[in-house]
Amino acid sequence: MTWLPAASVHAGQVDILLGGLLLISLAVLGLVFGLMLLNIIRFRVGSRVPVSAETVAHKSWRFEIAWTSVTLAVFFALFLWAARLYVVGFQPPSGAIQIYVTGKQWMWKVQYPGGQREINALHVPLGRPVQLLLTSEDVIHDFSIPALRIKHDVLPRRYQSLWFTATQVGAFRFYCTQFCGIGHSRMTGTLIVLTPTDYANWLGQTPASGSLATRGEALFIHNGCSGCHVSQPYSPGADDTSRAPSMVGLYGSQTMGPDGQRVKVDNAFLHDAILHTATVSGQAAAYATQMPSYRGVLAEEDLAALIAYIQTLSPSRLSGVGMSASPERKGN
Amino acid sequence: MSEHLAPYDSPRHRDETAIAGMWLFLASEILLFGGLFLIFVVYSHTRAAGWALGVRHTNLMIGGINTALLLTSSMAYTLGVDAARNENARGVILAGLSAAGLGVTFLCLKGWEWHTELADHLFPGPGFALGGPQAGGAQLFYSFYFLSTALHGLHMLVGIGLIGWICLRTYRGRSAPLIAMPVEVVGLYWSFVDLVWVLLFPVLYLIGRV
Amino acid sequence: MAPTSDPQTMQRSYLWQDGTLRSWLLTTDHKRIALLYMASITAFFVLGSLGAALIRLHLISPTGAILSDETYSRMFTMHGIVMVWLFLVPSIPVTLGNFLVPLMLGAPDLAFPRLNLISWYLFVMAGALVVYGLFRGGLETGWTFYTPLSTDYTQGRVLPVVAGVFLSGFSSIATGVNFIISIHQLRAPGLTWYRLPLMLWALYATSVIFVLATPVLSITLVLLAFEHVFHVGVFDPALGGDPLLFQHLFWFYSHPAVYIMILPGMGVVSEVVSTFCHKPVFGYRFVAWSSISIAAIGFLVWGHHMFVAGTSLYAAVVFSMLSFLVSVPSAIKVFNWLGTMHGGAIRLDAPMLYALGFIGLFTVGGLTGLFLASLASDVHLTQTYFVVAHFHYIMVGGMVSAYFAGLHYWWPKITGRMYPEMWGRTAAALLFFGFNLTFFPQFLLGYEGMPRRYATYPAQFQVLNVLSSAGASILALAYILPLIYFIWSLFRGARATANPWQATGLEWRTSSPPPTENFIEPPVVTHDAYDYAALDHPAPAPQAEPPHV
Ligand code: HEA
Ligand code: HEA
Ligand code: HEC
Ligand code: CUA
Ligand SMILES: [Cu+2]
Repeated sequence: MTWLPAASVHAGQVDILLGGLLLISLAVLGLVFGLMLLNIIRFRVGSRVPVSAETVAHKSWRFEIAWTSVTLAVFFALFLWAARLYVVGFQPPSGAIQIYVTGKQWMWKVQYPGGQREINALHVPLGRPVQLLLTSEDVIHDFSIPALRIKHDVLPRRYQSLWFTATQVGAFRFYCTQFCGIGHSRMTGTLIVLTPTDYANWLGQTPASGSLATRGEALFIHNGCSGCHVSQPYSPGADDTSRAPSMVGLYGSQTMGPDGQRVKVDNAFLHDAILHTATVSGQAAAYATQMPSYRGVLAEEDLAALIAYIQTLSPSRLSGVGMSASPERKGN
Repeated sequence: MSEHLAPYDSPRHRDETAIAGMWLFLASEILLFGGLFLIFVVYSHTRAAGWALGVRHTNLMIGGINTALLLTSSMAYTLGVDAARNENARGVILAGLSAAGLGVTFLCLKGWEWHTELADHLFPGPGFALGGPQAGGAQLFYSFYFLSTALHGLHMLVGIGLIGWICLRTYRGRSAPLIAMPVEVVGLYWSFVDLVWVLLFPVLYLIGRV
Repeated sequence: MAPTSDPQTMQRSYLWQDGTLRSWLLTTDHKRIALLYMASITAFFVLGSLGAALIRLHLISPTGAILSDETYSRMFTMHGIVMVWLFLVPSIPVTLGNFLVPLMLGAPDLAFPRLNLISWYLFVMAGALVVYGLFRGGLETGWTFYTPLSTDYTQGRVLPVVAGVFLSGFSSIATGVNFIISIHQLRAPGLTWYRLPLMLWALYATSVIFVLATPVLSITLVLLAFEHVFHVGVFDPALGGDPLLFQHLFWFYSHPAVYIMILPGMGVVSEVVSTFCHKPVFGYRFVAWSSISIAAIGFLVWGHHMFVAGTSLYAAVVFSMLSFLVSVPSAIKVFNWLGTMHGGAIRLDAPMLYALGFIGLFTVGGLTGLFLASLASDVHLTQTYFVVAHFHYIMVGGMVSAYFAGLHYWWPKITGRMYPEMWGRTAAALLFFGFNLTFFPQFLLGYEGMPRRYATYPAQFQVLNVLSSAGASILALAYILPLIYFIWSLFRGARATANPWQATGLEWRTSSPPPTENFIEPPVVTHDAYDYAALDHPAPAPQAEPPHV
């Protein structure tokens, strides 16, 4: 048995937090068990020292206020410490490598921007921020990497995001940690952190079916999207948006949500718009056609490719900021 | 088995206790429906367009008539409670029968409404009648609609049963002095069922209609 | 029938007044209903424990020792559902609570005796449905029924199980209504609110949760069943629903429910600690109100089960803060128990040993709850064995210890006989050590990252798992031992006096076991709770004199 490695800065910080919690707990336990033993030894029938119950009872208010406020203070400090780490831990930096991870009963499918794909394994470079975009094809799963002290539930038809910067080369296990049916315990894999050069080599050697975006472009044509949507910025008729909104510059912009509220176009929005589920644009009436639903037609991997393609049509916004699966959208 | 002493000091104490018990039970009922209303709060907000589409397909006419029926029924029963306090057995039975009768009419109308809706394929599922991009929201609305009306209908059935029981026991016990407490306890329940409908009516038929 | 040394009291008592089966099954006597409940939940406890035994046996080997993945999943689902809804939620309230509430109030029965009997029948029907579902087909969703797994993907018997849990909810609500109204309406003359024993404050708070949280579970289960049968999309993202809504609804009940599973235990411990220190509870009003505030704040923290589920960051922060807040009243209780011990005359009989075990193990469980309430550390620890250890420390180390403390403490009152003290202490010690050996390794496993609900696991976790399984076998002994000597004592135990512990509660003023009507002469209360001075030097007030036997 080896001690759990801490393979990122965040992991180290979580360990310090856990250490703090442990120290406080040990102190409290020492106090509780210590007082219990002392009381037993001193006041056990037989070794009885008569103490007037009255005097003890009368002092009770002061004691109550003292231990209540000390407890409150300790709790508040712990809360702030842990909350800060959490909020920072879930905000991805800009320029992270985006890797799509799809959970399915009972395996993990991983797709890289360059089109490489693998199952139950995840290769990342050392020292560079990586953002995982997680979704599921069936039930709720959870992607957990103990060595990095992070995990997140993976929901069907939604993107969740996790990010990290690995600081230690090696192989670490990841797990599915949300019960997802009888194969749940087999839904594990290995995170492999490589030096940047090894990573580049690995990418080079792994057969890729075109980059994710290239595949997305093919899908865009193949599925008839291009029949309605404009996607080439400088082609003739690039401003013909009578049939359907243009995909050019769409990603990262603001558009009209289903209730006429403005929403930001991000991965999750595109995902839902294509499947015609939660957030379809509220401007259907403005167009000559009606968008068919691609639910059941496109698999999650195809969607990831399409989204990667649509992202490339808004080059200026591809900074990575706000590309999280925006947890704030799910606030209901 | 030995004869058990009732745990009460006096008939009045017993009555108070029973009524307090009913209030507490109704508090629990409020949370039962409260959980259901959460569905309304969430989806009528996140899926507003589809939700409104669903609302537009409900039968306002039947809904309106039913609301009137139930309000009248509640009023009738209140008269019965009054009669019980005045130890007027005939009044209790009369009020009870009309309240229950109105309740049954409500259920019949509701059944008819359900029938037409099922015939129109408004029950959510693969053959759902409303199409278009908002079909999902409309299905969610109809899930809520059928579930909430079924649950409310079930409460109506229980209520009608209770009122029937009140009438029966009042009829049987004509010769003895009338005890008002059961009449009042059932009255509380019946008013609650009425109140739930008063809240459901706008949610199912009005909000989002225009 | 059993030989008794005092046939007269025995025959007059509720136990033997009428011995026919019919009189038991149609009884409205709260004391008999308590015993009916006790028999039923003991059966469910044995069932759930057998599940645990299989789980621990299976996990001896990394590849799984005895079960298939599917059977393993069904096993922990069964274990969780049976233990939570058919054992721990009802445990203390329906057995000790049912028995004691009227006695402590000085009343002849609960406010609604027939409702009480109905609630037992509902409970039995619920249990039958659950057991039917779990054994004819089984269910593999975990006790949390997360959607869309439970609605669209499972092959298991969702409907009977859900219907059973739904029915058990009605039984809980009936009990809750009964307790609250009884405490309001049936207090003996002179028994003001601040003279109530702390057990009643705790049961009052528990009942509030029963009445206000359980209906939310009921409606959630109705929605779940509706969705499972018709696939309408309420929780199904494929049809536009929101699976997180289910989790919100479920935890809105289930977090308060965990306080259902601890507050009665805290009540028992307050009684036991006071009695065995022969000293009033330190800070009576603080302990009383801390029960109420746990119940109240407990309704606001459900989101801490969803820190990584995909709710907003903002919600997570708020729920984390509230989770710390709800822990304060628990801290108050722990410190007040320690304060009670200070300067008392401490006797270490079995109930006290169990109560001390409770205080220690509950504190460990509660402190690890803080690890989980802290956001960043929860991200690492959630859904691992750390959580499993956390809740077993509180529910088994805490609540089951408290239940045993209560059983030993009131056993003489319930049966009129003493249990063998030596064996009682042995079992208490065994429970403490077996328990720690079983569940402490699981904290380490959790930190190391071993996920819960895993039928197989990486080999590096084996050592700790084997330790845990070894502990479980000691724990099993600690459960079987009381089972044996309690049954033995039923027939051979020494005859108990009316007040064997020199305790102050009203229940000790009547004979052991009490007569059917509880008190031959209705009691009048003239002192605060836990007034040992009055007990030791009784004033010559004739009306406060217990009807001694
Ligand atoms: C009886 C049952 C019970 C009780 C009482 C508690 C009590 C608490 N629980 Fe626990 N909990 C469960 C049963 C229970 N829990 C179960 C079953 C689960 C898992 C469900 C599932 O997923 O299957 C769970 C899961 C769970 C989670 C979610 C974990 C996850 O899945 O990610 C969290 C997170 O906040 C949590 C927190 C707490 C807290 C803060 C308390 C507090 O109330 C504890 C308060 C007590 C103390 C804090 C100790 C005494 C205090 C002192 C001595 C004071 C001194 C201290 C200091 C000054 C630091 N619990
Ligand atoms: C509420 C009460 C409760 C109680 C009392 C227990 C008691 C025990 N539990 Fe349980 N447990 C839960 C509630 C409880 N549990 C819940 C809610 C879950 C979550 C389920 C889920 O994930 O959905 C869980 C999950 C759970 C797991 C995690 C499974 C997993 O995630 O894969 C484990 C693993 O060790 C475990 C072990 C034990 C053990 C060893 C005991 C021990 O205390 C039991 C010790 C007893 C024995 C070892 C056997 C004794 C035998 C008898 C008394 C029978 C008499 C003998 C004969 C008839 C011959 N429990
Ligand atoms: C028959 C025409 C048609 C086809 C084919 C079509 N769309 Fe659309 N699409 C539309 C229309 C019309 C809208 C705007 C109204 C709406 O949201 O329903 C739209 C909206 C969108 C939006 C949301 C844009 C916004 O501003 O709200 C995205 C993203 C999108 N489509 C992507 C795709 C992709 C990817 C495909 C192919 C897999 C595709 N569409 C195929 C007609 C079409
Ligand atoms: Cu996927 Cu568990
Ligand atoms: Cu909780």
